[in-house]
Amino acid sequence: MLHKAGAGHTGGPLGMMEIITALYFSAMSHDPKNPTDPDRDRFILANGHTCPALYVALCRAGYFPKEELQHLRQLGSPLQGHPKLNVKWGIEMSTGSLGQGMSVANGIAFAARLDKKDYTVYSFHSDGEAQEGMLWEAALTAGHHRLDNRIGFLDFNGIQIDGFNKDIKDVSPLADKFEAFRWAVRNIDGNNMAEVLDAIDWAKKTKGKPKMIIATTILGKGVSIFENKPKYHGVAPSDEELAIALKELGEGA
Amino acid sequence: MAENIATREAYGRALESLGETHPNVVVLDADLSCSTKTAYFAKKFPERFFNMGVSEQDMMGTAAGLSLCGKIPFASSFAMFATGRAFEIVRNSIAYPHLNVKICATHAGLTVGEDGASHQALVDIAIMRALPGMTVIVPADATETRQVISAVAEYVGPVYVRLSRASTPVLFGEDYHFEIGKAQVLRKGKDLTLLSCGLMVGHCLQAAEILKTQGLDCAVINMATVKPLDEETLKQWAKTTGMVMTVEEHSIIGGLGSACAEVLAESALCPVHRYGVKDQFGQSGKASDLLKHYKLMPEDIAAEAKRFCSGD
Ligand SMILES: Cc1ncc(C[n+]2csc(CCOP(=O)(O)OP(=O)(O)O)c2C)c(N)n1
Repeated sequence: MLHKAGAGHTGGPLGMMEIITALYFSAMSHDPKNPTDPDRDRFILANGHTCPALYVALCRAGYFPKEELQHLRQLGSPLQGHPKLNVKWGIEMSTGSLGQGMSVANGIAFAARLDKKDYTVYSFHSDGEAQEGMLWEAALTAGHHRLDNRIGFLDFNGIQIDGFNKDIKDVSPLADKFEAFRWAVRNIDGNNMAEVLDAIDWAKKTKGKPKMIIATTILGKGVSIFENKPKYHGVAPSDEELAIALKELGEGA
Repeated sequence: MAENIATREAYGRALESLGETHPNVVVLDADLSCSTKTAYFAKKFPERFFNMGVSEQDMMGTAAGLSLCGKIPFASSFAMFATGRAFEIVRNSIAYPHLNVKICATHAGLTVGEDGASHQALVDIAIMRALPGMTVIVPADATETRQVISAVAEYVGPVYVRLSRASTPVLFGEDYHFEIGKAQVLRKGKDLTLLSCGLMVGHCLQAAEILKTQGLDCAVINMATVKPLDEETLKQWAKTTGMVMTVEEHSIIGGLGSACAEVLAESALCPVHRYGVKDQFGQSGKASDLLKHYKLMPEDIAAEAKRFCSGD
């Protein structure tokens, strides 16, 4: 898909696949045949540039046909370079400008409270995104209001565009920060499916606070030539790279 | 004019040279230095380069602080985030105290391409132009960009420079001379004035060629400084040709077209037609496909000019 588009973000999405899979194929209550169900769980992808991960999950879940993936980033395609609100296709919000998604997720969570609904609002964030001030304003909001229908993930792959997070502006220690902002926090290996499922289970059971799951992941997970390389934050694979990637991931070309 | 160079590339190289001659120049970026091309400066002058991370608001405030102590900060990000996310900081911590900060934003307009609407700044000229004391400059090619960067380094006060991602033809030779606040008449004509900035200047020159074959003699003006606007040149050519059409890779609301229309309406000099992106968002696609889709190619401009002149 990214190879066909000739541009886009390769590394981030690969590192997030376990979490996205766990959400869409186990944890979340959602129905591709009834996408506007007011009681559905919501998912907000705050680091919108990683949308290929979301798009493949939504496609596999049955929100839209597989051919559509081939039109990623092309003129007229609903699969924009960054997510565009399209509830029928499972895309709950337009995102792409980093730092805005957590507030939106909180807003949906406040609405659930007002409407006395018990759906869960999930949001997904990244270490680079945690350099945006707005994320912390929203974190304070959720903590202050004890939004316990909120479960966040923060993908800590340690990489952003210009290099390693620890060199550019180190956001750690993240667990301490979220705890200070009155969130319940869990650190996990985000590429370990058992740990991901277990953490979601813990988050659902924990009441009285918003929950943040800080997931250490490997950018470009599963493809040796992409793993932990800042370069692959934002470039699409070449012909050769695609061949290696599909082979290592065990997918037919 | 064989060579294609993106204005962001010319910016990066110009900053690199500026670093040599101006020890007070400092550069800030928000995790996009490879895209904005401030990475060239960063490599040569690491101690004068601040990568602020994905923190555009923090970047603008920090630039303000540096300028208070005599530094000349160049702060870069994508136009969307430099003018959008950081708007109120630019307004209150840079424009209001009239600080000497140069906001040089890249990836402006539709030609961002595949990243799509969330990244396509189409009202950045409008919002920067509305700030008191803010100078707004949109260079048309690599040559002009180099001259703009030298000029704004000497000028004292806040400046917004709008740059592009896409590689575009070099229009001007070394004999070209940019001056802040001065329009350049690139072509004389008597029937219509095509007035533009940035990428659209080259397209207007081509449109004028097309229109010539159709019997319309067009003047083409490069209004690189959108603010302060060169009202004298604008009015002079409004009188000479009796009709003005503005063309920009920006919303027709609030940009160059609006700036010119304000002047021409108040002086009741001549009919003016604003051409650019209609009141809408962009979308993903190849830059070249987007320019066609949004009808900003020379043929489109020529067709629109013809309609305008024939009173349709
Ligand atoms: C407000 C805002 N500023 C800048 C950008 C450009 N940008 C896109 S991704 C990115 C780096 C984000 O880091 P991270 O999400 O940790 O990257 P990854 O793990 O996907 O490599 C930046 C600066 C943006 N999308 N939004």
